[in-house]
Amino acid sequence: MKFTEEHEWLRVEGDEVIVGITTHAAEQLGDVVFVELPDEGTVVSKDDEVVVIESVKAASDILAPIDGEITEVNSTLTDNPSMVNDDPQGEAWFFKLKFTDATQMDDFMDEAAYQKFIG
Amino acid sequence: MRGSRCVKVPAWSKGHPEATGKANRMSDLKQTALHDLHVELGAKMVPFAGYSMPVQYPLGVMKEHLHTRAAAGLFDVSHMGQVMVRAKSGDNADAALAMETLVPVDVLGLGEMRQRYAMFTDDRGGILDDLMLANLGDHLFVVVNAGCKDADIALMKDALSDRCEIEVLDDRALLALQGPQAEAALARLQPSVADMKFMDVAQGVDIDGITVTLSRSGYTGEDGYEISVANADAEALARKLLALEEVEPIGLGARDSLRLEGGLCLYGHDIDTTTTPVEAALNWAIQKVRRTDGDRAGGFPGAGVILQQLTDGAPRKRVGLLPEGRAPMREGVAIFDAAEGGNEIGTVTSGGFGPTVGGPVAMGYVTAEHAKVDTPLWGEVRGKRLPLTVTKMPFVAANFKR
Repeated sequence: MKFTEEHEWLRVEGDEVIVGITTHAAEQLGDVVFVELPDEGTVVSKDDEVVVIESVKAASDILAPIDGEITEVNSTLTDNPSMVNDDPQGEAWFFKLKFTDATQMDDFMDEAAYQKFIG
Repeated sequence: MRGSRCVKVPAWSKGHPEATGKANRMSDLKQTALHDLHVELGAKMVPFAGYSMPVQYPLGVMKEHLHTRAAAGLFDVSHMGQVMVRAKSGDNADAALAMETLVPVDVLGLGEMRQRYAMFTDDRGGILDDLMLANLGDHLFVVVNAGCKDADIALMKDALSDRCEIEVLDDRALLALQGPQAEAALARLQPSVADMKFMDVAQGVDIDGITVTLSRSGYTGEDGYEISVANADAEALARKLLALEEVEPIGLGARDSLRLEGGLCLYGHDIDTTTTPVEAALNWAIQKVRRTDGDRAGGFPGAGVILQQLTDGAPRKRVGLLPEGRAPMREGVAIFDAAEGGNEIGTVTSGGFGPTVGGPVAMGYVTAEHAKVDTPLWGEVRGKRLPLTVTKMPFVAANFKR
């Protein structure tokens, strides 16, 4: 698993990457009450806003970590947003992205580096 | 993930006069008498109105909200201003009449040991602050918002000092115990509180050895009490209340969602100097005696505008807004009269997720012709028009002991 400075986790499976938010991010957000997912098939560029998450406190975006195409979204989150708090680094993944340039993954942190990053 | 362009911080801290005081570094912030207790309880402390205040405890905003609606929650509202107004003549009616020059409310007719909601108005009919006024027999007891208290105190000193002594009670804390089990919990420490009715006030009440002044009121839409206590006794009292099995500590986050579901205004968001009491749908707070043809009609700042609006209606009105989907509509969302095109006819002033409603709730101002209950409207969220409906408030039935 890799981690971004925007508190996303990324897990590569074949030519796809599965994206979610970290336990730390979910704790900071508080109770998640709304999730808006992109359409499958959407082509995105790194740093595009792809997902909206609203908690009792605030609204946040998830940005595309790399270029690619959204191949699948976890639509159970739409009806059950609190999954993001219950299992952020497991069941509550947000979308799968078919990547075009694998080298974009090289910049991301491993778990130890991320833990250090959030201090 | 990153904070979005729409909302980075909760409504209760955004642009609110309570949140934009000069003191924003934690080291500059004032502390209430319960500060150490909040920290001990694991609260997340944030700057609010120049104070370091608990926004949430380990339970979290959602559970704190639901616990208050189901049992009882304890809130530290000691940042609010507590002021004593005493007539120099010794006759409390003189203090009441003096106060009536600042508020459009019947103060003279307020019974002894009774409290009512009021607002300070300005010459244009705008609202300078909203407040609670109590008649304690030999003086008036006033509770004002933290962010406005310096201005409110200056206003009262300036306008009332010829007839009244104004004493700021900054040696006192204020605790709110709110929820359907507040009475049962507090009555175990002092049975007489069960006999109080909504907006009753009692003075010199002994709560397990601690003397307090309390009212049966609050700002959550629930039954409950607001308890004024000497700073020196505040922590001991809070610990006694938290030891009751019904009671959990509740932070400002849940206080905001509770009052929103209760349809109650947050000063600086839903009401301010640009809104009149009539636009804000606070007509109920202006008793007949202060209206046109009343015995003491007018005589408060902005009376011309306010009395005229009471008769003819205001051009816009604060209403409840129920978004149809799951997307919260927060402060600042523009409201339209059509799904496409049409006109912008209003703005959301408070909005978010209502834990008891189980979905988004909001309030805001719309033009008078769109203010009728059940009017379908649209709020623009992230460039998309989402349907919402004008709705009666409160969103959750009030649970007062009348």
